[in-house]
Amino acid sequence: MATKTSPMRDLIFFVVFAVAVLTMPVWLAPIGAGYPDLLQKFAIYGLFATGFNLLFGLTGYLSFGHAAFLGVGSYSAVWTFKLLGMNPVPAAIVAVITSGIFALAIGYVSLRRSGIYFSILTLAFAQMSYNLAYSVLTPITNGETGLRVLRTDPRLFDSSNAVDGPLIANLFGIEMTGYAGFYFCAVVLLIAFFIAQRIFRSPFGIMLRAVKTNQNRMNYTGLNPRPYTLAAFVISGMYAGLAGALLCITDPLAGAERMQWTASGEVVLMTILGGAGTLLGPIFGAALIKYFENIFSAFNAQTLHEIFGFLPDFIEVPVVAVTSLFVGEGWHLTLGVLFMLIVVFLPGGLMEGFSRIGRLFKRSSGKSDQSGATAPAE
Amino acid sequence: MEILKVSGVNKAFGGLKALNDVNLAVEEGNVHAIIGPNGAGKSTLLNCFVGRLIPDTGTVMFGNTSLIGLKAHQINQAGVSRVFQTPEIFSDLTLLENVMIPTMAKRDGEFALHAFKRIDKDTEILDKSMHMLEDVGLAEKKDVIAASLSRGDKRRLELAMCLVQDPKLLLLDEPTAGMSRADTNNTIDLLKRIGDRGITKVVIEHDMHVVFSLADKVSVLAQGTVICEGKPEEIKGDPRVQEAYLGGAHL
Repeated sequence: MATKTSPMRDLIFFVVFAVAVLTMPVWLAPIGAGYPDLLQKFAIYGLFATGFNLLFGLTGYLSFGHAAFLGVGSYSAVWTFKLLGMNPVPAAIVAVITSGIFALAIGYVSLRRSGIYFSILTLAFAQMSYNLAYSVLTPITNGETGLRVLRTDPRLFDSSNAVDGPLIANLFGIEMTGYAGFYFCAVVLLIAFFIAQRIFRSPFGIMLRAVKTNQNRMNYTGLNPRPYTLAAFVISGMYAGLAGALLCITDPLAGAERMQWTASGEVVLMTILGGAGTLLGPIFGAALIKYFENIFSAFNAQTLHEIFGFLPDFIEVPVVAVTSLFVGEGWHLTLGVLFMLIVVFLPGGLMEGFSRIGRLFKRSSGKSDQSGATAPAE
Repeated sequence: MEILKVSGVNKAFGGLKALNDVNLAVEEGNVHAIIGPNGAGKSTLLNCFVGRLIPDTGTVMFGNTSLIGLKAHQINQAGVSRVFQTPEIFSDLTLLENVMIPTMAKRDGEFALHAFKRIDKDTEILDKSMHMLEDVGLAEKKDVIAASLSRGDKRRLELAMCLVQDPKLLLLDEPTAGMSRADTNNTIDLLKRIGDRGITKVVIEHDMHVVFSLADKVSVLAQGTVICEGKPEEIKGDPRVQEAYLGGAHL
């Protein structure tokens, strides 16, 4: 609620968040997630979901085509590498601009409708973009092989550097792989999160929530909802484009599969799983899904036997047989079950779960504290 | 001076003639009630004022601007606010936010990209909104989510949202529909109090008690035409009105 916030509280919140993100390599190590590749994914998809949430969480417009902007961002970034050189900063800027222009065009058409029709329109645009990238626009996108930086590319600003080994993005000499890559993504995430936080607390943010609540009243209040939704759509498209650029900064390859509808669906899952309309929720959701994708999918029957080794054999065999359906190739099954449980029991996502636990603690620790909350208002 | 002038308005839905050559003039500062039996065309007429319906023929002039063809938000920016039959509020937001939105709309226009300002530092908007909430007696509930209000409070909130914009013309579509007698009287008191601000009001109403305690002038609509116009006392005794509106029974 906007009324319960203050600049000081927001600052503390941001600082705590920043510290938590930057120390992820330390505190995520015990659960096996402390390696740079996965941490990069946490930051990148957290950014993607944060941007998606600015549209879906605030205005309630459910876009099913956000992966198109992720792809546009990736292609723009690789082209910037090819033409200008391997510095990630121009690549990120170009990606944000091109995906913003794309979002403006797609949003202008799609936002003429709302509800399911809007979702279908965005899905159609994303599938169109995917097919264009996959076949029609092969000269630009290099079709199914994917677009990569070649040694023969002009790279205006660093072509003189004789590089041996693979071409990797580097920020003034620091190669964007491993932990350096993660910290670059984390800093970008923090900047983007800060902007998102400001939008949440701004007049513009309130207007976006007004769009979600009652467009009719908005019209009769002298406000035109269209430019508000379009602005939210473009900002959210820019976030997606930036996330796409980061994917290429840590691994300079852009493929059409990044624009598939499954990728668009994934960001919807992340946002709903974490809690749409909250600042932190989408980031939790993104991290959870990427964690499952990378950790659970790596489990096999052997690891399960080790985990359940303490059980007597006649129990262990069926237990391993059942659980093995949910790991390895079957990690989607676990995700599906988790998603169902959350939607049914915690419609507000993980964030609702956390606040319920928080309230539970408050209630048990101080019962006299309640008078303020339940006092009659008049 | 006439603030709203409706001349020769016709509106048909298929074969049904909802409005038949309606002429109406609302004097500035007046409370003008439009009454009539069900299906007389009251709501159709109101919808022609706010851009929801476009009349087939005729003109609707607000001061020197024609309201025909303007969008709802443009009409509001011109100075016309509307209260709905069922209160239209931002039910997921707090009361304070509900009032801040129209306040900002009045100051910043139909679209403003203030994405980096902090709302809780905009004292001008905050103060104005808080004053308005105090005026309608909802100040203590400012942090309550609007959906949890009672029907009567929702109506008060909606009125506050309209009044905070200092409209030149306020349209009220059955402001006491579905309210208890106590809530009705509260609303009448509130409407009388805000009458002091010199806002011209057009009220569509079923409840005669409300009409006679508020209105300076009454127009009676029946079968899409204005059949009679005058002061409330004159209307009460007019046989044509009793015939059309009350089926001949005495008031």
